[in-house]
Amino acid sequence: MLSYALRTLTRMALTFFVIVTIVFFATRLSGNAVDFVVGEGITSEDRELLIAYYELDKPLFSQYLAFLRAFTDGQFGLSFIERRPVSQIVLERIWPSAQLLLSAVALTLLVSIPLGIAAAIWRKSWVGSAVMMVAFLGYAVPNFVLAIVMVLVFSYWLNWLPVVGNGTPLHFIMPTIAMAGVLIAALTRFTRNAMLDVLGQDFMRTARAKGLPEGRVIVKHGLRNAGITILSVIGLQVAGLAAAGSVVIEAIFAWPGIGDLLVNSALRRDYPVLQFGVLTVALAVIVINAAVDLAYAWADPRLRHTVQA
Amino acid sequence: MTHSATVPAPSLPAAAYRLWRGADPIQKAAILIGLTLVSLAILAPLIAPFDPNSQSLIARLRPPLGFERAKAGFLLGTDELGRDVFSRSLYGLRLTLMLAGLGATLGLMIGGTLGLLAGIAGGRTEASIMAAVDTQIAVPFTLVALFLLAILGSSIEVIVLVLGLAGWEQYARIVRGEVKRLMNMPFIEAARAAGAGPLRIARHHLLPNIVSPLVVQFTLSLSNIVLLESTLSFLGLGVQPPTATLGSMVGIGRDYMPTAPWIVIAPAMMILLITFAVQILGDWLRDGADVRLRAR
Repeated sequence: MLSYALRTLTRMALTFFVIVTIVFFATRLSGNAVDFVVGEGITSEDRELLIAYYELDKPLFSQYLAFLRAFTDGQFGLSFIERRPVSQIVLERIWPSAQLLLSAVALTLLVSIPLGIAAAIWRKSWVGSAVMMVAFLGYAVPNFVLAIVMVLVFSYWLNWLPVVGNGTPLHFIMPTIAMAGVLIAALTRFTRNAMLDVLGQDFMRTARAKGLPEGRVIVKHGLRNAGITILSVIGLQVAGLAAAGSVVIEAIFAWPGIGDLLVNSALRRDYPVLQFGVLTVALAVIVINAAVDLAYAWADPRLRHTVQA
Repeated sequence: MTHSATVPAPSLPAAAYRLWRGADPIQKAAILIGLTLVSLAILAPLIAPFDPNSQSLIARLRPPLGFERAKAGFLLGTDELGRDVFSRSLYGLRLTLMLAGLGATLGLMIGGTLGLLAGIAGGRTEASIMAAVDTQIAVPFTLVALFLLAILGSSIEVIVLVLGLAGWEQYARIVRGEVKRLMNMPFIEAARAAGAGPLRIARHHLLPNIVSPLVVQFTLSLSNIVLLESTLSFLGLGVQPPTATLGSMVGIGRDYMPTAPWIVIAPAMMILLITFAVQILGDWLRDGADVRLRAR
C-alpha cells in the first residue's frame, strides 16, 4: 500500500509539473502580455517600465525559473487589474466554490444512487426505461441551458428564487441543481451498469438462497460491491465535470467562486490571475483524483499490484 | 468484426436501410432530427429570409409570429438589435455544426496519429504519448479551452484548434489499445513475415480494423464538442459578435430574458436537439459495433 501511495504521489507531482510548464510556455506564446493590459495611450517609457516590473524582458528560460521559484516563496505576482496578489484573489474564491461543489455532489449522490439501483433492479420494466430516459436527457441538456431555463421560470416568472450571489441558502438551490444535472445523469447511468454487473454474480444468488431479505441483499451485497466501481467514477468523472461545470454555473449566477473568477480574468485578459487560477483548479482536480485512487486501492487490494497502464 | 479488408462491403443504400430497419422509434426520431438539422445548416443561406446580421432598429425585440406586437416576416421574432432570430438561428446552427465537425476531425487526426504511433512504436515514444494523454485527462478541458482562448484570442482558427484538442486523447487511447491488441494477431505476423513494412501494416491491416470504434468515438465526441463550443460562445469566449453561433445567441439573449425569452429559446432548443440526437446515434452505433452487447 505504501509503495502504491508513493507511486500515486509521484505521478501526481509529475502531472502537475507538466501542467505548470505547459501553462508557463502557453502564456508566453501570445507575445507581450503587457500590451493586452495597458491599451493604446501609454508612452513607450512607461511600457518599458511595466515590462521590467513584470520581468518580461528577461530570457524565457530565466522567466521560467522565476515562475517555478514562485512555488517555493509563494510570490505569484499581482493581478494586472486589481493590483492585489493573485494568490489572495484566488484563495478567497475557494470556499464559495467548495460549498457549491459539495452541495452539488451531495445532491448527485442522494439522487443518482437510488435511481441507478432502481434502474438496475427493474431494468426490464418501465421504471428502468424511465430512469434511463431522464438520465439521457440530463446528459443532453447543456448546464447553461438548464440554468437559464430555471432562472426564467423560478426567478423572472414565479419570483421565488434569487439569481445573483451566494448570500442565503435560497441562493444555493438553482446553481446546485444546474451543476448537479449532468453529474446525476452520469452517475445514474454508471450506478445502473455497476449494479447490473453485480446483480448477476453468484454471491448474490447465494445471499438470496440463504434467506436474506431482498433489501439487505441489494444493499449489503450488491451496493457494497458496486460501490467500489462507483467510487472511482466519482473521482475521475465528477471532479472533471464539476470543475468544468463550476466555470459556467458560477459565471451565470455571479457566484463568487473560482469558476466565475476564471471566466472574468479570461475575458479581461488578467493573465496572472488566470494562470494561478487554472493551476489551482488543476491541482485540486489532481489531488482529488489521487485521493480517490488511493481510496480505491485501499478498498480493493487487487489494484495495488497491477501496474498502471 | 472482420479481420481482413477483402470482405465485400454491402452497398451504401442497402446498409443504410438495414440500419434504419434495426432502429427503435427513439433512434429513428434521433436520425430524423439529425438529418433535419444538418439539412437546415447546409441550406441556411437558401432558407433564411434575412441576412443574419442585418439590423432593423425600429423592429427591435419583436415576439414570434402569432404574438401581440409581432412583425410580419419575422417568424421567430427579432433580437435586441432587430435581427431576425430565425435567420440567426439557422446561421448559428450552420457555424456550430461546422466548427464541431472541423474540431472533431482535427481531434481524430491528432489523436489517431499519436495513438497509432504509440501502439506501433512502443517504448519511450509510447510512454511519452501516454503521459500526455494522462495529463490531458487530469485537467478538465473547459479550463484548457478558457486558458488558450484568453491567450491566443478567439479567432475561428484558434477555436477550431481548441475544439480539436478536446478529445484527441480519447482517440489516442482507443487507437493505441486496438493497435496493441491487433499487433498480436496472427494476420499481422503473417503480413510482417511477407515483408510488409510498418506503414503498409498500418494502412492495410490496422486501419480497416479500427474504423468502427473510431466512428463511434467520433459521433460521441461530436456532442461534447458542440457543448464545449456552445459553452465557450455562451461565456463570450467563442466566436465573436456579430457572428451568430447558437451558444452566443443564448449568452447574449440571456440579458433580455425577462422581456424577450424567444431570443434564447430557438438556439437553446437547437443545441438540445443536436446533443440529444447525436448522443442517441452514438450509443446506437456503439451498441451496433460492440459484439459483446448483441447477446444481451
